[in-house]
Amino acid sequence: MSQENPEALIRLGHGGGGTLMRDLINAEFRRLYADPALALHDATVLTDTSGVLAFTVDSSVVQPLQFPGGDIGSLAVIGTANDLAMAGARPRHLSLAVILEEGLPLALLRRIVTSIAEACHRCGVCVETGDTKVVERGKGDGLFLSTSGLGVIATPRPIHPAGIEEGDQILISGDLGRHGLAILASRHGLELHPPVLSDLKPLWPAVQALLEQGIRLHCLRDLTRGGLAMVLQELADVGGWRFAIEEEAVPISEAVQSSCRILGLDPWHLACEGRFVAIVPAGDGDRALDVLAADGGRRIGVVTAPAQPGGGSGAGTVIVHTPLKTTRRQHPPSGELLPRIC
Amino acid sequence: MTDSAASTRFLNGPTVSRAAVMEVCGGQTHTILRWGLDQRLPAGMALIHGPGCPVCVTPLPILEAAIALARCPEVILCSYGDMLRVPVPLQGDPQERSIDLLSLRAAGADVRLITQPLQALQLALEHRQRQVVLLAVGFETTAPATALVAMQRQALELSNLHLLVAHVRVVPAMASLLARGESRLDALLAPGHVCSVIGLTEVEQLAQRYARPVVVAGFTPTSLEQALHLSSRMLERGDHGVRNAYREVVHPNGNPRAQALLAEVFEPIDLAWRGLGLIEGGGLALKGAYAEADVRRSLDRGATAAAIAPLRRLGCALETSTEAPGASLCRATEVLQGRCLPSDCPAFAGRCRPEHPLGAPMVSEEGACAAWMHYRHTR
Repeated sequence: MSQENPEALIRLGHGGGGTLMRDLINAEFRRLYADPALALHDATVLTDTSGVLAFTVDSSVVQPLQFPGGDIGSLAVIGTANDLAMAGARPRHLSLAVILEEGLPLALLRRIVTSIAEACHRCGVCVETGDTKVVERGKGDGLFLSTSGLGVIATPRPIHPAGIEEGDQILISGDLGRHGLAILASRHGLELHPPVLSDLKPLWPAVQALLEQGIRLHCLRDLTRGGLAMVLQELADVGGWRFAIEEEAVPISEAVQSSCRILGLDPWHLACEGRFVAIVPAGDGDRALDVLAADGGRRIGVVTAPAQPGGGSGAGTVIVHTPLKTTRRQHPPSGELLPRIC
Repeated sequence: MTDSAASTRFLNGPTVSRAAVMEVCGGQTHTILRWGLDQRLPAGMALIHGPGCPVCVTPLPILEAAIALARCPEVILCSYGDMLRVPVPLQGDPQERSIDLLSLRAAGADVRLITQPLQALQLALEHRQRQVVLLAVGFETTAPATALVAMQRQALELSNLHLLVAHVRVVPAMASLLARGESRLDALLAPGHVCSVIGLTEVEQLAQRYARPVVVAGFTPTSLEQALHLSSRMLERGDHGVRNAYREVVHPNGNPRAQALLAEVFEPIDLAWRGLGLIEGGGLALKGAYAEADVRRSLDRGATAAAIAPLRRLGCALETSTEAPGASLCRATEVLQGRCLPSDCPAFAGRCRPEHPLGAPMVSEEGACAAWMHYRHTR
């Protein structure tokens, strides 16, 4: 490390509020701002806020900072925008707080900021306000990001799991597990054959396409941590529903399937960053599928009935029908996913 | 509380008792429950889940030693995924609390998750001032890779790399289950991956000695169903012996190179499996010059007294029988022997859940209790 050019690394002084910090912001972050003049101002003023707003916050702590198919920057922006999309909101405004660890290579920071800029463009959002802090070496993991997002609701009503009704159809927008597997593989140095890239991508375009077709969206949920198993259980629990899922209909690529077999992982437990579940009335199911099928979307099941007689909230049930004409209950993972021994 | 239709162990018909078939390997248990194969068994067959989950059967004294070693500041303790979550009862704790390696890591211990044992070698090379301990677990499938580490250690003279070996051998455990006869086993499904290393000779001897059908099975639902039907036909005909239903992977002679590694580095020892008790020839120990890498010896030189004390205790504890974790409710011991179903345990799904397991079979995805929790329990 002693041979490194100290100019090329983040130093504590970059967060000290002086000229070093000003120069860092001007050199690295200024280009992200909707109004670059505001990059060093205390607060931004939003004037175009008519309509009903959705507001969300996200922290990104992923390791490694760069992974196959994305990096912490694109993950932070797209993840936040996707949370807004799941409420039926068009993503608009973003805040961006960065916590840098002393010693982070500036070149790496620059690559990540470029990736943030590209992701903002893809999602149609602008960075309106931000913050920069530096922590001592060993007290951060290279780089932490915190993003808040504001979006404008584009649906007649904000989308919420309470909108699920008996007889609704459950659709998934694409195949499972790529993001979780890509992260796990790069974290543990596993070489997957064939390689698996993260599925990270903005979800608003798909939601917008569904709305344009007049699909009544009873519920949307992105398949992030906990994977499909967690999402289905959480949604079933909100109204105490019983979901019947056809295992064969759930799309999983051969690459993900075979790596999961070797590692002892369940694709249903793996996170995605570019996939969501849509729950729609039976009458809208075919048209919703027409919209989603182009990107690998499938209809995977139905909301059959309240899990308990009389319905109510809590203790929903997810029943999976296997291609072998057997059934199982699908439970969410309990914690950190770990590759098994043999 | 649980789905009674999935109860596979007990008599169902009015007159005819069902044939009891044990799938020995935890990976097979997982597939069976995930795909509901127990809902479409050949007529007259019941399944018993076996103890073939290395996480579940690793002797408690070894885990206690791993915990004690991880607490030493100079030690980097490394092992595989699920091993880090196995609860180890805190001795003498009135509240019967337990600790695991991941919690120790959260409290500041240097515990590393590895996916292949050669990573331990790398750690020892990178941290010459630290003591790197590899908690090496698994069946004959993972032991050859540990053997490679031991050989590399010797070649590189890496005195700061130590092996805490808990490798176990499957066939002696199968013999022990058949010999004790507590649970009547009519046929066994042998674990395909282990057989791909050791071949079929040992399994053949076992089948002849106990006059039972043994079918070598794979891990996909199709492969397992094939194996179940094959054992059903053998039972109907009263056949015994070995049939290979996993030919695409298992060669009758096994993998001679892996066998050579095992023979070079290890020798069989009697070992008390967690939950099963002493199994003759049930474990592997480093032999000859490689025994220098055994943490009980190698740490004696150059480590602090604090690190050595737990190893002294380990030395004499390994050959004694160990019981399931302190919590008296937990029936992991009986589950591992196929004497009860996970749902028969009073702690199942209540005090014992995957997020706070009492017994080891709830820790690993391959443990029978965790598999039941995931795919059978109705909450």
